[in-house]
Amino acid sequence: MQVIDDGGAIAETSTGRPVRMATPGGTATKDSDMREPMSAQQLTEVARRLRRHIVTMTAMAGSGHPGGSLSAVEIVASLYFRVLRHRPGEPTWPERDRFILSKAHACPVLYGALAESGYFPMTELTTFRKIDSRLQGHAHIKTPGVEMSGGSLGQGLSFGIGTALAARLDGRPTRTYVLLGDGECDEGQVWEAAMSAAHYRLDSLVAVVDRNGIQNDRFTSEVMELEPLPAKWRAFGWHTLEIDGHDISQVLAALDEATETKLKPTAIIAKTVKGRGVSFMENNPDFHGKAPSKEQLAQALEEIG
Amino acid sequence: MTGTASTREVAGRTLVELGRDHPDLVVLGGDLNKSTFANLFGAAYPDRFFDFGPAEQNIVSIAAGMAASGKVSVVSTFAVFSTARPYDQLRVGVSQSNLNVKMVATHAGIITGEDGMSAHAIEDVALMCALPNMTVIVPADAVETAQVLRVVVERPGPFYVRLSRPATPVIHDNGFAFALGKAERVREGGDATVVACGIMVNTALEAAEALARLRVEVDANAQQGYRAEGLADRIRNEYGVSKSRASLIARQETSNFMANYIEASSRDAGIKKYQWYSARDSRTRPDHLALHGKIFSFDNPPITDTRTGARNNPMQDYRCRCRAKPVIS
Ligand SMILES: Cc1ncc(C[n+]2csc(CCOP(=O)(O)OP(=O)(O)O)c2C)c(N)n1
Ligand SMILES: [Mg+2]
Repeated sequence: MQVIDDGGAIAETSTGRPVRMATPGGTATKDSDMREPMSAQQLTEVARRLRRHIVTMTAMAGSGHPGGSLSAVEIVASLYFRVLRHRPGEPTWPERDRFILSKAHACPVLYGALAESGYFPMTELTTFRKIDSRLQGHAHIKTPGVEMSGGSLGQGLSFGIGTALAARLDGRPTRTYVLLGDGECDEGQVWEAAMSAAHYRLDSLVAVVDRNGIQNDRFTSEVMELEPLPAKWRAFGWHTLEIDGHDISQVLAALDEATETKLKPTAIIAKTVKGRGVSFMENNPDFHGKAPSKEQLAQALEEIG
Repeated sequence: MTGTASTREVAGRTLVELGRDHPDLVVLGGDLNKSTFANLFGAAYPDRFFDFGPAEQNIVSIAAGMAASGKVSVVSTFAVFSTARPYDQLRVGVSQSNLNVKMVATHAGIITGEDGMSAHAIEDVALMCALPNMTVIVPADAVETAQVLRVVVERPGPFYVRLSRPATPVIHDNGFAFALGKAERVREGGDATVVACGIMVNTALEAAEALARLRVEVDANAQQGYRAEGLADRIRNEYGVSKSRASLIARQETSNFMANYIEASSRDAGIKKYQWYSARDSRTRPDHLALHGKIFSFDNPPITDTRTGARNNPMQDYRCRCRAKPVIS
C-alpha cells in the first residue's frame, strides 16, 4: 500500500490515491508537517502515551469521559500516526483526510493525539475542561485539528458525508473517517446517514464503531439491543468488517481494506473494552463519565506503564 | 416587477442564477424540491444538487460538513421541517460552529392553513433568533427575496431565510436595494407605527390604507351630524368585523373626532384651557371623577389613568363620556 521514496513526497498507491511518504531515518519529511508513518511497534508506544494522557487529563479536570477514550486508543493512534494525510502545522489544509469524532465526549483521546501530532503544545492538555481553554469537555470545531463540534450524539456520520461529498465535488483525494460509539447507534440520525452514504456510493467514507458494549448508564445489551449490528450495517449497503479494536495490525488491515473498497462506504465494527488498560475501569460502566481520583490516577498510570 | 409573485419560486430561480457565479454553491433538499423550486437548481447543476429524502437532521449535518469543506450549503425545505426538526443539528453543528449553512425555508407561517396545524410554522422565527451567529431574514416580496438570497450566499455564516407559499403582491420597485439589518420605511404617517415583516408587510400596508379610509368616513359622518350607530353598520359591512367591534370603533372614533373638533375649534377661538366635566354617575371611572371641575390646558392633558400614567383630554380615553368645557380667560 504505502510507497516509500527518499524525498518524502506524495506518490500514488495502486489505488490511485496519494499517500503520505516516509523518509528513512526518522527525520522530518520535505513536507515538514507530514510526519513519518509509524511502525506497529511505534503505534503501540504512542497508544501507551495516549492512555497516560487520558487518565491524567480527566483526573486533573476532575471530570470527563475516560472509558470511551481508552477503548478508542488503538483506533485513533492508527489513524493519526499511520493512516491520515494531515499537516499539524496547517490544520485547514484542504487536501487533508478528515477524522470526525462523532462520540465527542471521548475528546481526551483526540486531544492527546492532536497534541502528540503537534497541533498544539503538549502542555495545553493540562487545561482540559478549564475555563478559557481551547480543549472543551466535548470537541469543538474551533480547536485546531478538530473537524466537527460534537457533544450531541448522532451527527458525525452525516457531517462526514458532507466532507466526503465536498471532496468528491472538488476532486480531492481526501478520505473521511468517522468514529462512532455503539450506544450512539441508538440515534436515528446514524441510520439516516448510513442509508445516504450507501446511496451516494461514498467509498471515501469509513465509519468505525467503537463496540465497547457500554453506553452512559449500562451495557448496551441492557439499554437497547444493537445486535446483529454488523448485519444492520450490511443491510444498509456498507462493506462491513469486524475486528479486535485493540489489535493494531487488525485496525490497520481493516483501514487498508476500506481504502481498497470501491463504490461502497466501509463500516468497521471494532470490538473493544471500555476503559481498556486500567483494571478498575475495564468493562465498568461507572467510568464512562467519571474521572479517576488522585489515588486511582496513580494506580492507573502504574498499570499503563 | 409589479403584480404578484411567490417568494419561493423567485428563490428557486435566483439560486440558479447564483449557481453560475458561485461554483461552491450546493443545494440540499428533502423530497420537497418541486414545492420549494430547488429542483430548478437540480436541473441546472445536477452534480451540485443533493436530495436526501425527508431526513432533515441528516441534511443539516451534511450541509455543515460540506460547509466545513469550503462549500456554501443551501438547505431548501419547508419552514416547519427546517427549524424544529433539525434544531439540535442547527444548534451544535451550524450555529455554534458558525458554518456557511443557509436555511432557505418556504411555506412559513399559517399560510398553509388547510394542511392543518402541524404544517404551520409559527415558532420558527423564535427558534432561529435564539441561535448564536444565526441571521434571520424575512423578505417582504419577490424583489427583496432575490436580493436577500444574493447577500445570504455571498456573506459568510449561517442564515435563515423565511419564505412563503402563495403569490403575494410585489411592493418594491426595481430601484429597491436591500440593506441587511436595517428596517425600511414603506409608508409615511404620524398616527401610529406599524412594524411588519414578510408577506405581512403588504397586509400591514393594506390595513394602513383601510384605516386612512376609515378616518375619512368617521370625520365625514360626524361633521354631517350623524350618530355613531349608523357608522357602525357601514364599518361592519365594509371591514367585515363583528357587530360589537364595529360599534366600538364607530363610537370611539367618533368620540375622538369630537375631542379633536372641540380642541381645534377652541384653539381657533383663542381658547387654550378647559374645565373637566364628568358624568358623575356609577359608570364614571374614579380617575376621571377626581378631575371633575378642574381646569387643564389642551396642551398638557392630565393623568387620566393613575395605573398606567396615561394623559388624555376628555373623550379620548376608551368610552370616555366626560366633556371639555372651554374656559375663556
Ligand atoms: C443526543 C445526545 N443524547 C444523550 C447524550 C448523553 N450521552 C453522552 S455519552 C452517552 C452514551 C454514549 O455511549 P457510546 O456511544 O457507547 O459511547 P462510548 O461507550 O464510546 O463512550 C450519552 C447517552 C448525548 N451526549 N447526546
Ligand atoms: Mg459504548
